[in-house]
Amino acid sequence: MNIDKRLVRKDSLEKLFDILKQNSKKIFAPSTKNGKISFRDAEKFSGIVTGYVQTSQSSKEVAFPRTEKIFDYSKSKDGMSVKGIDLKDIPEVILWGVRPCDATGIGELSSVFNWDYKDEIYNNRLSKITVFGFSCNNSDEYCFCTSVGGNPGNTEGSDILFTQTGENSDYLAEIITEKGLAIVSLAPDLFEITNNIEKNKFLAKVPVRFNHEEIKEKLDKFFESKEWIEQSLRCIGCGACAYVCPTCACFDIQDEAHGRKGSRVRCWDSCGFSHFTLHTSGHNPRDVQSQRWRQRIMHKFSYMPERLSVYGCTGCGRCSRACPVDMNILEHLISIQEVTV
Amino acid sequence: MMDNLYMPYLMRIERITYEAPGVKTFMLRFVNEADQAKFSYKAGQFGEYSVYGVGESTFCIASPPTRKGYIECTFRQTGKVTNALSGCEEGSIIGFRGPYGNIFPIDEWKGKNLLFIAGGIALPPMRCVIWNALDMRENFKDVTIIYGARTVKDLVYKDELKDWELRKDVKLITTVDPGGESPDWHGEIGFVPTVVEKIAPSSKDTIAIVCGPPVMIKYTFPVLAKLGFADENIYTTLENRMKCGFGKCGRCNVGRVYVCKDGPVFTLAQLKELPDEY
Repeated sequence: MNIDKRLVRKDSLEKLFDILKQNSKKIFAPSTKNGKISFRDAEKFSGIVTGYVQTSQSSKEVAFPRTEKIFDYSKSKDGMSVKGIDLKDIPEVILWGVRPCDATGIGELSSVFNWDYKDEIYNNRLSKITVFGFSCNNSDEYCFCTSVGGNPGNTEGSDILFTQTGENSDYLAEIITEKGLAIVSLAPDLFEITNNIEKNKFLAKVPVRFNHEEIKEKLDKFFESKEWIEQSLRCIGCGACAYVCPTCACFDIQDEAHGRKGSRVRCWDSCGFSHFTLHTSGHNPRDVQSQRWRQRIMHKFSYMPERLSVYGCTGCGRCSRACPVDMNILEHLISIQEVTV
Repeated sequence: MMDNLYMPYLMRIERITYEAPGVKTFMLRFVNEADQAKFSYKAGQFGEYSVYGVGESTFCIASPPTRKGYIECTFRQTGKVTNALSGCEEGSIIGFRGPYGNIFPIDEWKGKNLLFIAGGIALPPMRCVIWNALDMRENFKDVTIIYGARTVKDLVYKDELKDWELRKDVKLITTVDPGGESPDWHGEIGFVPTVVEKIAPSSKDTIAIVCGPPVMIKYTFPVLAKLGFADENIYTTLENRMKCGFGKCGRCNVGRVYVCKDGPVFTLAQLKELPDEY
């Protein structure tokens, strides 16, 4: 589909929100709670936060919830009954205010969840999400999307991408997919015909800091490097990096029992945790933090590109912002590129 | 059900066998016949066994695909799930999903000698292959099984060991660690690698399948090399921690190789390509 470009007046966004609400659409948009910006069910347009460089949590959790029920079970005298999650109960959602780095992250998640075995729970959730991307007018020192193949106005992963054309100005809306087109058809008057707007001059300038293909090549011979120990000496294994990451897909499966009933759930996990790979025997293939840090970088920049043909990083910079001991993935990648093997 | 990769089959425990202290074998049948009808697997594959309300645990399928209508698993009571499994009685219902992973290429081994070397609780993954081969015995030349455990009590499948001992078409050597013997023990006394060296099976036209604790494997490979086994003719199975079983949960990989998808069966030649992360 050719990308159709329209003009959306600044004041029209609220009208669009209201029309979507009138059409019983569920809208997940950034809002602030306890000082953190996350994607939550938005009741009112006024509750939507704007002006952030990046939300605290990525939009990942709408497609891949932090804790997700797989099935319910109940035991009785006669036996056992098990009821799987009903895919029809998964609601249609508009994901509003997604930065391009999060939107591309969805594609990377999809590669994991469709590697040979198709994860229909994930696919169903994703099929019901319409992504309203919002290009970045600003960036900060943690951003590096341009080093991993992205850019502040990247249309990949969005159904409609809005780019604000200057401070307090109107928006350029790029209608990218059929899903996006379906939204336009609900409020056609708000999407005005426009002359070609050059969006690049309104976008944040994010310098390219490293070459991800060179990093991948370097990593092929880097497994035994002492650099992993150097870099991870201060890592406390808290897993915050994985929990804020838009592409981290590693999960745990746990049971929650309440008497004779209960459910099995899938929940986020992190390769940074010492228990992640611990065997029952006590043996642990990734026994120390440097091995776990190596896994994190190798998985994203070597194993995923090789096995799934995607990189597991979108350059959003959240892991560096969230790290309690100030590890900065950008600096670590640059030093990997610079170190001689 | 088709939509949900994580949905286990309901399995009824038909028979429980006490193998060794803390070790049991469950014979499991599908509660729903339709599940049974569409289920098939091959030697070497594994599954996720679960107690509802407690969680899932990964083990191989210990019975051979040549025996239809049921599957068996053998486990040692060590963690949360295996403790709960151990508390189950005959008739209880548990969950199973699978089969996952690659297979032992038994069909490619036709016309060759088979040498099985196992230690302790690692006989179960091999037992599936042994019975699979014995159920099509005419396809192979000599079948030799070397099995060791810490003590006589720790040997699993004691009835089957007797069975193999009596068979004329199987050469069985059992061993226990020094000090692990009982007064009436008539097998070998010594660690598995030492016994392999002593027996010195021929490497000519022979496939070696080795399963056991890491230390046993580590010291057995050099013995096999000395006997002239090529790395391509030595097979083993890795058992990293897993949650999903199909390449998504992210913890069983050894470098770029996923034990759940690329394994669990590897040749020594393949293992040598992997980083030391298992």
